[in-house]
Amino acid sequence: MTTVDVVPEESTTWRRIAQGYQTFMSRHSSTMPTFAAMAILLLLFLGAEAFLRGDFITARNISALLLDNAYLLILAVGMTFVIVTAGIDLAVGSVMAFTGILLAKLVAGGTPAYIAVPVIILGGMAIGLLTGILVQYFDVQPFIASLAGLFLGRGLAYVVSLSSIKVEDPAILWLQSTRIRLGEWYITPTGIIALLVVIVGALVMQFTRFGRTVYAIGGNEQSARLMGLNIARTKVAVYVISGLCAALAGLVLTAYSGAGYPRNGIGTELDAIAAVVIGGTLLTGGRGYVLGSMVGVFVYGTINTIISFKGAEQSWTRIIVGLLLLLFIVVQRYIVGRTERRT
Amino acid sequence: MNTVIGAVVRHRLFWPIVALVGLIAINGVAQPRFLNISVRDGQMYGALITILRESAPLMLVALGMTIVIATRGIDLSVGAIMAVSGAVALTIIDNSPAPGSLGTVATAVVTAILVSLVLGVWNGFLVSVLGIQPIIATLVLMLAGRGVALLITGGFITTVTSAPYKWIATGYVLLLPVAFLIAMAAVAIVAVLERRTALGVLTEAVGINPEASRLAGVRSRGIVFGAYILSGVLAGVAGIIVAGNTMAADANAAGMFIELYAILAVVLGGTSLMGGKFSIAGTVVGVFVVQTLEITIIFLGIPPAQSPVFLAIAVIVVVLIQSPSVHRWARRVRDSWRSDTPAGEETKAEVAS
Repeated sequence: MTTVDVVPEESTTWRRIAQGYQTFMSRHSSTMPTFAAMAILLLLFLGAEAFLRGDFITARNISALLLDNAYLLILAVGMTFVIVTAGIDLAVGSVMAFTGILLAKLVAGGTPAYIAVPVIILGGMAIGLLTGILVQYFDVQPFIASLAGLFLGRGLAYVVSLSSIKVEDPAILWLQSTRIRLGEWYITPTGIIALLVVIVGALVMQFTRFGRTVYAIGGNEQSARLMGLNIARTKVAVYVISGLCAALAGLVLTAYSGAGYPRNGIGTELDAIAAVVIGGTLLTGGRGYVLGSMVGVFVYGTINTIISFKGAEQSWTRIIVGLLLLLFIVVQRYIVGRTERRT
Repeated sequence: MNTVIGAVVRHRLFWPIVALVGLIAINGVAQPRFLNISVRDGQMYGALITILRESAPLMLVALGMTIVIATRGIDLSVGAIMAVSGAVALTIIDNSPAPGSLGTVATAVVTAILVSLVLGVWNGFLVSVLGIQPIIATLVLMLAGRGVALLITGGFITTVTSAPYKWIATGYVLLLPVAFLIAMAAVAIVAVLERRTALGVLTEAVGINPEASRLAGVRSRGIVFGAYILSGVLAGVAGIIVAGNTMAADANAAGMFIELYAILAVVLGGTSLMGGKFSIAGTVVGVFVVQTLEITIIFLGIPPAQSPVFLAIAVIVVVLIQSPSVHRWARRVRDSWRSDTPAGEETKAEVAS
């Protein structure tokens, strides 16, 4: 890209701007979908403010957005790791249900929370480990391997209990009932857990050897292997991370609803995948950001809020999320197609 | 003699059939009445007949899924299409003045199938024209479809009484359940289309190497498009049968998880998810294995809700049996048993090759 042509004076500025734009686009093309998601989120907020009752953008509403979607946010972070390696984890919804009901059962049986919580986290990681081993060491496609995890988690949830179990443990309920206030804004410990997961996830992805290996595997697994990166360990680890996040989501959801329920989270894996894709992560792997997934979750949550504001059928949420997903996939294909043509 | 046994064991339907016979044997031993079949009023009764009848929707869906998977695709939206199809059919019957008349039922069924066809066209368009990954393209409809079904039923579970419609799901012809006959007819039609014409070979060619088959002059776009349309239509028929079973259109529950069961049945039947070679007979056996497993769990007195644990074990066992690394390991073990030479040498040769 070295242009040393002599150009007429007046057009140089335009040319420089155009070139600058082109360089920016080609260098940052992978962040474009995420910016698009942020633009949509902004539009949703402004649109809701303008066309609804006019009291949509309030501290209370935005605080509630984090509170209501904390579990989905945690799931989306784990899912981002998996999808960036070009994998997929269908098990997260049912692992969340399993760990949630297990937690409720354990604390109802008198196990203190400081033992029960590590137990369920280990449980979630174990299912993730199973998926990861099937994917890495037995060459099972991620879709099928995590399908086994999905069935296993759902079945185990029902093995733990066939009906819902109320949580009365004060430590678990504290996670939800405590409100740390700052004027009109508030945040609960569950929201803090979710934000911590996002921050840790984003830092690990961007600044650690492990995180860069995750990107390398998604970009080109063969090249990553030839570079001497530890593929096997990383690929198993992303599923374990996803299982860990699913267990944390189970904890947060159980605290949020005050009960464990084996039917929780049916189809939540799809919501998580949709949020991750809307947030700009490519399903073919190699590109994506944890912070983008957070934006994706907020887009999803905002659509939900707007629909309940309007008092419309909840079924519209799924239709609109489905259409948004489609829009983003088409946009992503366009962007990927352009950058691939250029290189 | 040895070669005959070898050929039988190596046949790709061998293990699925062994699994099916094994499951039926377990049931027969645990409760001998499982194998009973009685004839009353021109209808056959018994657990085995129940399996045939209940497997019809899964059979239809898995049949379409087989062809889609053969083109290297996947169709996650089948459950949602079933929900839409059932909702359309029952809403038409519900709104008509004569819910019991044949004309109403025919209109409802035809409309539901046409709507499913349109949904199949939508999937096919996204995958073959826009070139979106199949998992994601069909995920869109999987998410949105149930919402559409909920809108059609107005958020309620539509229930109707219509004798001709109920007959589709629970009636009998020539001693056999109508639903089973519909499924078998679909299997026969697809098998003839794929195996008695070049279509099957072309489908496999597209699945094995889309680019090479395109260069060889195969119209891969049309074949992929057709596979999704077929899958949509078959899912629509399955939705009609499921709605007829309960005479209720439940937009949330109809066809829930059926895409996963169908994929499981297809993989059990020996069709690889990587596309290419497919086996319709394998899928039929796979469906019966999945359905028998479900019924076994109920028969053994385990709460049906816990059945996913057994499905998970089934999935893990199947993928391990199919896994190349397990094959390598098994071969190594076998070689070290058979040969008098030290096992280490052969293992080395194996690794080198």
